Amino acid sequence: MTAPSLDALTLPQGGEVRADGGLWRAMSRAFTANRLAVLGIGLIVVIVLFCFLGPLIYHTDQVYTNLAAANLPPSAAHPLGTDYLGYDELGRLMAGGQSSIEVGLAAAVTASAIGVIWGALAGYAGGVLDTVMMRIVDVVLSIPGLFILLFVATIIPPTLGTMIAIIALFAWLIPARLVRGEVLSLRSREYVQAVTVMGGRGPQIMLRHLIPNAVGVIVVQATFQVADAILIFAVLSYLGFGLSAPAASWGEMLSSGTAYLYDGYWWQIYPPGVAILLIVLAFNFVGDALRDALDVRLRQT
Amino acid sequence: MGDLLDIRDLRTDIRGRRSVVHAVDGVSLTLGEGQILGLVGESGSGKTMTGMSIVRLLPPGGHIVGGSVVLGGQELTSLSDEAMRQVRGNEIGVVFQDPMTSLNPTMTIGNQIAESVRRHSGSSRGASRGAARERAAETLELVGMPRARERLGNYPHQLSGGMRQRVMIAMALAGEPRLLIADEPTTALDATIQEQILDLLEDLRTRLGMGILLITHDLAVISRYADQVAVMYAGRIVETGPTGPLLRRMRHRYTEALMAAVPRRDQDAGTDLYSIPGLPPDLSDPPVGCRFHPRCPNAGGDCRTADPPLVTVAPGHQHACLHPVAYRAETASSALTLTERSSDGRRSVDARAAPLVEVHDLVKEYPITAGLLQRRVGAVSAVAGVSFSIAPGETFGLVGESGCGKSTLGRALVALEKPTSGSIVFAGQDITAMPAGELRPIRRNLQLMFQDPYASLDPRMRVGAILREPLAIQRIGSRRDQDRRVDGLLDEVGLRPSAAQSYPHEFSGGQRQRIGLARALALEPKLVVADEPVSALDVSIQAQILNLMRDLRERLGLSYVIISHDLAVVRYMADRIGVMYLGKLVEIGPATDVSDHPAHPYTEALLRAVPDLESTKRVSRGNGAGPARSTVRGELPSAINPPSGCRFRTRCPRAQELCADVEPPLRPFGPHHLAACHFPLRDPLSSAADVHAAKSPGT
Repeated sequence: MTAPSLDALTLPQGGEVRADGGLWRAMSRAFTANRLAVLGIGLIVVIVLFCFLGPLIYHTDQVYTNLAAANLPPSAAHPLGTDYLGYDELGRLMAGGQSSIEVGLAAAVTASAIGVIWGALAGYAGGVLDTVMMRIVDVVLSIPGLFILLFVATIIPPTLGTMIAIIALFAWLIPARLVRGEVLSLRSREYVQAVTVMGGRGPQIMLRHLIPNAVGVIVVQATFQVADAILIFAVLSYLGFGLSAPAASWGEMLSSGTAYLYDGYWWQIYPPGVAILLIVLAFNFVGDALRDALDVRLRQT
Repeated sequence: MGDLLDIRDLRTDIRGRRSVVHAVDGVSLTLGEGQILGLVGESGSGKTMTGMSIVRLLPPGGHIVGGSVVLGGQELTSLSDEAMRQVRGNEIGVVFQDPMTSLNPTMTIGNQIAESVRRHSGSSRGASRGAARERAAETLELVGMPRARERLGNYPHQLSGGMRQRVMIAMALAGEPRLLIADEPTTALDATIQEQILDLLEDLRTRLGMGILLITHDLAVISRYADQVAVMYAGRIVETGPTGPLLRRMRHRYTEALMAAVPRRDQDAGTDLYSIPGLPPDLSDPPVGCRFHPRCPNAGGDCRTADPPLVTVAPGHQHACLHPVAYRAETASSALTLTERSSDGRRSVDARAAPLVEVHDLVKEYPITAGLLQRRVGAVSAVAGVSFSIAPGETFGLVGESGCGKSTLGRALVALEKPTSGSIVFAGQDITAMPAGELRPIRRNLQLMFQDPYASLDPRMRVGAILREPLAIQRIGSRRDQDRRVDGLLDEVGLRPSAAQSYPHEFSGGQRQRIGLARALALEPKLVVADEPVSALDVSIQAQILNLMRDLRERLGLSYVIISHDLAVVRYMADRIGVMYLGKLVEIGPATDVSDHPAHPYTEALLRAVPDLESTKRVSRGNGAGPARSTVRGELPSAINPPSGCRFRTRCPRAQELCADVEPPLRPFGPHHLAACHFPLRDPLSSAADVHAAKSPGT
């Protein structure tokens, strides 16, 4: 500049940049430092491998009933015994897990997508549109969800697709609220105003700045939603509104197992119960750790 | 006068996850009773850590690892936590920077002060509830709180920033401490309020005989209020001594550079400010030898190897520099040569050319709504009928206290706010009511530079993408052209091309502000509105940015609107200054004219409230009952129901009945110099000839 600078040729006026990598590196450091998160990820990987690769190794018939082999206790032929229709419990646990995980993931993704669009639109538009959209969310949230779910489940033929739709129908409300709040606060940030000054349009601002900056919050929420969706799917199945036979689900297995609660057929109750518990717990661990990792990022910026 | 506080070779480390930061690295200080010791340094120099080490309020991971702190004969570093708690409040009071977060929002201020009275009164002075409350009221009166007794029942949110800081000081004084540590006590406050608070501290010092450790980054504050100064750099004291001699005849090169970086009242607008190159060092791995040598223009080979010891040059005046500033007779042999601009002095702006921007009677009100139906119950009058124009290539400075509407006005200029009424004409086109589609191409010419270098860059985008974004939005050039332009912009603001690959958080505050400036310049605008462009930066970095802005103005023929609360910055940068008060433009005119011969009492008060390096305390204090420096008392009234007539009348020493009834019009006081006051400080030009002379340019 003007003063006798030291090495005008080598040193830029602005000084050197301290390079310490992107935000993701800090986040992943915080994430992997969390033991429960690693445990959660491990559990999810094990359960997914078990459900989707297990049937390739352990072949069972999950379509035709075999009443001759009903309610058998665990043995070499049936490591987890059989249920009241003679299905092999271990094989059924795998099949049920597939539907649970599929429904859980798909419902969470659908719900988050709807919620993000709804919430971002309301938050960005503001004014009357925001008020109307958020009052709709409030109204739907005020209806007891399970009641409506049961009602809808009785009038729609239960398939994997409809189960996902039914669960997503109610699950999008929470991400919608969350994203609206986030967008509302991001909208007033100076870098968003800077885009307006450059002549940027609403959609540009939304897609390039608002949603990418809200993505952390959305991912955390979606993780918890997977756990919630698996749980709701289990509840619906348990109550008999799940997939129609012979399709398997953990909730349905638990339900049929409880019919023999007093006969001591523990192998029909514990495996699906523990499976539901583990996967819900695993997703919650991951969600918690992601949220903490996100805090690290927020602290940095 | 015995030494109240004696710090010897204090060392404080902060252990992080991967490294240990030596925040305080061998600091020795002494503070006598009834003295004010100014501890000055840039952010990260360890000045706050020194203060917090004394009271042992260190952040997680922070430990005192060596040295001693003796307060009135008592060693503090070896005290137990319980004993230290007794010392805090009883012996030492602390005032923090942010009065907003230092008070409990759910308790009345009376209870908060009473609580600290009772907590610190000990068994001997055991105070009952009633007595504590009585004492709280007395303390509030002591700190000059208007209607103190009525205020006891107020909650913090009902008080202004200045009043909250008075409450904080009252709480610190509740235990009748012998030492008060004031850490940036006025940094968050406006100039007129800052002056009130600092005057209060000075007054309390005399009345109570306390020692005050005044921690600040502001050399001007130090020069006016401190008896002794200690300059810190990179965890060490580099120079210490009595205020007057130290500031007049500083020896350390860092002190010299720091002083040169501050824009002065008599700063020639034609010269650059001195800026210290580079950044302060990382304290987990400080440079070997003199810690300032990588940024010092006078550094020799010995500076790289030898750690300079403190040497005494005059009674009480010590410095740690191997190549100190030498003084021959009266003149300093300053090595900090400053280049003269090719154009000498202030640039002449052709006022006859068609104005770039014309603002006419601009009004911006924010409705206050209440109830379910969002009924309008009132309005905040942010900008109330402002008119001015800016010539091409001119720099217009807007000054005023926070809440005066200067930022709102700036945002309206770049069409971020829709005015309630009035018009803004940019290059012949009225942009006030223009639809967004038509406005889009015009936006290229109107760019905004933000105050906060942390909030103004998208944390998820690389710098390259941030700088390319305006080009992409305005569809300028191919992708390759845009990349080339990004490189050019980075070069223009003094950053390496590799910076494009980094994320904003990898840059320092000053570097981010460079990026913000580069982004504002990407579209080659005609007008850049800079809202407090340097107020978040350290002095040395501030000078870098101001020089850069001046440099680019000349190279690119830009017009600036510079909005700042800092008159020194505006005076240095601007050709013309507009002074705002509560939504009104009270004075407008050429920068030198307004700052040297203000006509409006508010402008004068603002000028006098800002401490200047020249105004050393010997001059200003006199014999204790010197003349009041600022004539403005009290605080900015609410903009919801602004005072009738002249809005300044509630704080004006010259106000008369007329001021409440009739709003003063802008009257000419010189060429292009207008002020709105019924009782101005000098006579307005009244005759038609005078008015004519004032209107025609070039006189």
